[in-house]
Amino acid sequence: MSSAIHIENLSFGYKGNTQKVISRVNLQVEQGNRFGIFGPNGAGKTTLMNLMTGLLPYTDGSVQLLGHEVRKNKKLSNTLFGFVPQDFSFYHELSPVENMEFFGAWAGLGKKQIQQRTDDLLNIMSLQEVRNKPVNKFSGGMKRRVNLAIAVMHEPRILFLDEPTVGVDVQTRHAIIHYLKALNEKGTTLVYTSHQLKEAEDLCNKIALIDEGKIIANNTLSGLLKEHQQEGLEGLFLALTGREYRD
Amino acid sequence: MFVMPVILAIVIASVQNSTFELVNENKIPVLLLNRDTHEPAKELEAALSEVGMFDIKKATGTPNEETLKDRINTKDALVAIVIPDNYSEDVLKKAKHITSEALKNIELPQDSIEQTPHEATPVQVYYHPVLQQSFRKSIDGMLRSSLQFIQTKYIVKDVYHAVNEEDIPLALENQIVTNQTPVAEVPVFKNNTRQIPNATQHNIPAWTIFAMFFIVISLGSSVVREKLNGSIIRLRTLPTHFGLAIISKQITYVAVTILQATVIFSIGIWLFPQMGLPALNLPSDIAALSLVTFICGWCAASFAICIGVFSNTQEQANGFGAVSVVLLAAIGGLLVPSFVMPPSFQLIMRLSPLHWCLEAYYGLFLEGGKLQDIVMNIIPLLAITLLLQIIAFYGLRHKRLI
Repeated sequence: MSSAIHIENLSFGYKGNTQKVISRVNLQVEQGNRFGIFGPNGAGKTTLMNLMTGLLPYTDGSVQLLGHEVRKNKKLSNTLFGFVPQDFSFYHELSPVENMEFFGAWAGLGKKQIQQRTDDLLNIMSLQEVRNKPVNKFSGGMKRRVNLAIAVMHEPRILFLDEPTVGVDVQTRHAIIHYLKALNEKGTTLVYTSHQLKEAEDLCNKIALIDEGKIIANNTLSGLLKEHQQEGLEGLFLALTGREYRD
Repeated sequence: MFVMPVILAIVIASVQNSTFELVNENKIPVLLLNRDTHEPAKELEAALSEVGMFDIKKATGTPNEETLKDRINTKDALVAIVIPDNYSEDVLKKAKHITSEALKNIELPQDSIEQTPHEATPVQVYYHPVLQQSFRKSIDGMLRSSLQFIQTKYIVKDVYHAVNEEDIPLALENQIVTNQTPVAEVPVFKNNTRQIPNATQHNIPAWTIFAMFFIVISLGSSVVREKLNGSIIRLRTLPTHFGLAIISKQITYVAVTILQATVIFSIGIWLFPQMGLPALNLPSDIAALSLVTFICGWCAASFAICIGVFSNTQEQANGFGAVSVVLLAAIGGLLVPSFVMPPSFQLIMRLSPLHWCLEAYYGLFLEGGKLQDIVMNIIPLLAITLLLQIIAFYGLRHKRLI
């Protein structure tokens, strides 16, 4: 199986801070994986995801998406992935349709394609009835679905998800996880971070634990549990990262 | 973005038009209390009426200074002139004195000699404190001119009588006293259209610029909103460049400012005459007008982007944006004409893009200029616009937004 993401010797530190937030990380995510990245607050999860998506510029090491170096092929690599940020990233005063049309156009989709994808995704996300209402009137769960729908408008081959289910009810969480699994079955590689470890156990087939900017464990969930003699992800997490507060 | 600027333009033009009319067309109501019943005092009354600047209301009944002051306090009139009861006597005495002095110099015989200069009782002018100094100076000038006219008339009469021992013929008297060198007011225009400037010509360009720059509220806060709501993050992960999004945004807002200008100019041309206000006369060089409008709009959009990039909250963008536009308008000569500003402000004024916009518009609207006449206003405006673009670009880079 070829790599969806290939990271080699990646290091990164913020300006004015000598300490590296990401330190000599090597990571490989195979195509079709449902890959979870977990770690305590401040461990470097979001920074790593921002480096993979090109939101942060790196100078040390290499990040390749489907064989393309992100730093050198920003525009091309942006066509390969979709990103669901933790914060709602859309125009709240616009409707779901207007948001999807706007971001779909910027993703390079044609008018017909946008219309087709918008209809399909609104059906899947159960947002047809509110398709023309401004998003700022929506509940948290509905906004999460809009956030996800916009990210998959251009049918990306890799989908980065930064806590996609935070603050939603059980029904919405189930619907989102169900959709993500369906998407993965069609070939989309998922890269997912969350503090919902039960949800992660359900969704992810491969896991990396990150702490203080370094990958401290990387394997299938069952492999890691066996290796560290733990019964669940939460126990494994605490065993490897400790019980002290991190923020 | 459209309603408020239009209301602003209408209100300011109406208010300014009243001032223009007050100065240029209307007469200032003046209460006149004439305590003197003799001929020179009556002639002074007539002279004041003929000035054309005053609407003389004679104080009736048994008025005194106190009743005049009361009427001024109730704003029945803003000015009152009191001719003292010995005004005619003073005029005649002074005429006699000057005549005798004149005859003494040319050694002609003198009948009655007024040796000592006569100390005249002053004509009193009462005014309401709200009356601006410029108005008071105008009234003072007109009154002195009328007083001088009467005095000269009686001096001429006396001298003529002393020399010729007969009264001066009326025709000669009029020729001597009233035959002044004429004054012709000619406004200077570059295209010889000779359209007289009015409140609309002054105000519409100024408030159009003000309205254009007020897009800082919507565009500046829109950029902040995009930073805060994460849509910028989303755009940065799409196969596009956020710089392109910013350029698209600018194109949209420049189009909005051009539309604003079109709406306000149209109102000046068609609606103002229906409201009894002077109509706006468009400059003859429409291409230059379009170019100036475009650059003003672009400069306004660049300024708004800068505010948006460097503000951390919408409140900050709105507050700083609105106040800075008012300040730039003030130092740029939109609120106070630039020529009355102190010399220290003349340099600061040149830093305001609104100043260059206004100068370019005035060059077209008031001076009847063409593109070549306003190039020196367009160049600094373009320079400021490009500087704002560069600042915005570095701000976006520094904040890792592009």
